[in-house]
Amino acid sequence: MSELLQTELCGIKLNTPIFAASGTFGFGEEFENFVDLKRLGGVMVKCITLKPRRGNDGIRITETPSGMLNAIGLENPGVETFLTKILPRIKDKMNVVVNVSGSSVEDYGELARMLDVDGVAAIELNISCPNVKDGGIIFGTDARQAAKVTAAAKKATKKPVIVKLSPNVTDITTIARACEAAGADCLSLINTLMGMEINVQTWRTTLGNLTGGLSGGAIKPVAVRMVWQTAQAVNIPIIGMGGIRSAEDAAEFFLAGAAAVAVGTANFAEPSVTMKIADDLETYLRGFGLKNIRELVGRLKT
Amino acid sequence: MKTFNVEILANEAVAENIFRLTVDAPELAAQAKAGQFVHVKISDEFTLRRPFGVASTAGGKVKIFYRLVGRGTEFLSRRKAGERLNILGALGNGYTPREGKILLVGGGMGLAPLLCAAEQFSSDVLMGGRNAGEVDFWQAEFNPCAEEIFLTTDDGSVGKYGFVTDALPDVLAKKNYAAVLTCGPEIMMRGVAKLAAEKNIPCEVSFEKRMACGLGACLSCSIDTVNGRRKVCKDGPIFDAKEVF
Repeated sequence: MSELLQTELCGIKLNTPIFAASGTFGFGEEFENFVDLKRLGGVMVKCITLKPRRGNDGIRITETPSGMLNAIGLENPGVETFLTKILPRIKDKMNVVVNVSGSSVEDYGELARMLDVDGVAAIELNISCPNVKDGGIIFGTDARQAAKVTAAAKKATKKPVIVKLSPNVTDITTIARACEAAGADCLSLINTLMGMEINVQTWRTTLGNLTGGLSGGAIKPVAVRMVWQTAQAVNIPIIGMGGIRSAEDAAEFFLAGAAAVAVGTANFAEPSVTMKIADDLETYLRGFGLKNIRELVGRLKT
Repeated sequence: MKTFNVEILANEAVAENIFRLTVDAPELAAQAKAGQFVHVKISDEFTLRRPFGVASTAGGKVKIFYRLVGRGTEFLSRRKAGERLNILGALGNGYTPREGKILLVGGGMGLAPLLCAAEQFSSDVLMGGRNAGEVDFWQAEFNPCAEEIFLTTDDGSVGKYGFVTDALPDVLAKKNYAAVLTCGPEIMMRGVAKLAAEKNIPCEVSFEKRMACGLGACLSCSIDTVNGRRKVCKDGPIFDAKEVF
């Protein structure tokens, strides 16, 4: 494995700064046939909540111009099943970043405490899911709430705490600063943009949940802009994501100031896409005579 | 299970708005079981693949059928013989292999995966459609591999007048079937499963749901079963009727 992409994030050694984004990669093992999981920086596993959730009814996904809407609704088996059945199976196969969502500040603290165990590399606080009423986004759109959730999780765990930010806000840097001040070790952005599609024949929404989260290529310019703005505003590292499909897309995020990136929706069209991005990113770095990915971070010329 | 870059041998309309796509894919054909599906990349312009039931694996060729329902299938219908197509497969569980004669019961596009079952198992087929035009080409497809074909049409233009569920009791009374495999509209499958259960014949049903990954990761296709939540793409698309109805 080449040293070009080897780096570090919050004390975690990464073979590449390329993560798989939560909700698009299951628990990692679903992609074993297509991806060398150890070559990923880590896998942000499907969002975990305190109790199992069955998710939303009706149609959950639809393709949109250069992207897709989803409204899965945080379906997951709950933290206890994750700890007893799933984590033991996957912990030696990859860096496991556990994405968590709660309905209260206390939920986040409890989840962080329960996940402070061997085999968990970091905890990612999902305060940005647009698809459930009682979780996440209410904390991600209010700086004081975001800070409270961050502080609760930090107090409960020694693991690095990554806060995943919502783009559905007027000024993402306000939320980012509040999370940093509350002790966040890292920020990941962006989660999906809230969207909607209406079937003009039936006069109903396509999705059972009415609205959903927009992801894929369509949101990349929004994500790059928000990573760039946030990188100006905070000193903690950023994992950039939103519509990355190629090494060139990833390079934009590094230039904007991301220390690492995550690939989400692109895994659906091509389950091995993260490996191709890693290969092509090495070629890209060599082309510019760079010795390591860190030399690209935040190098945007303005 | 992997991605294959295969050549399109034919992609032609077989009825109004219904297409048959044949690709040269010996490795995929060798491993695909009846009831499994493939996830097709329409082109690089699309964010999501589209899942289609495997309809035939004969002669190292994989065949699928699709109805034009949206932008994805519209674009797929414009792909030409000689072009390459990226296919992920074979995905899902497939029908349970069994000894003895099987009865296949299907309607509309649900007949596609049953055609593959007719190829791989000793079977009769009971098929339904709206009219003669809709069942004609299916009859031609099933002729070489199914032993006996029973027909129903909604308008009575060919075969028995009515739905497959109207004809099913007579068909089940004639022979001893080891199992009933059904695919089609959910309301039809429910009716078929009920009649099979009354005769104590094992019944497997095939589910269709929108899917993103096809690998059991994204949970777009979760359904309720007596055994809790299951993923159509990975735990299915074939389920024991007792588990889902």
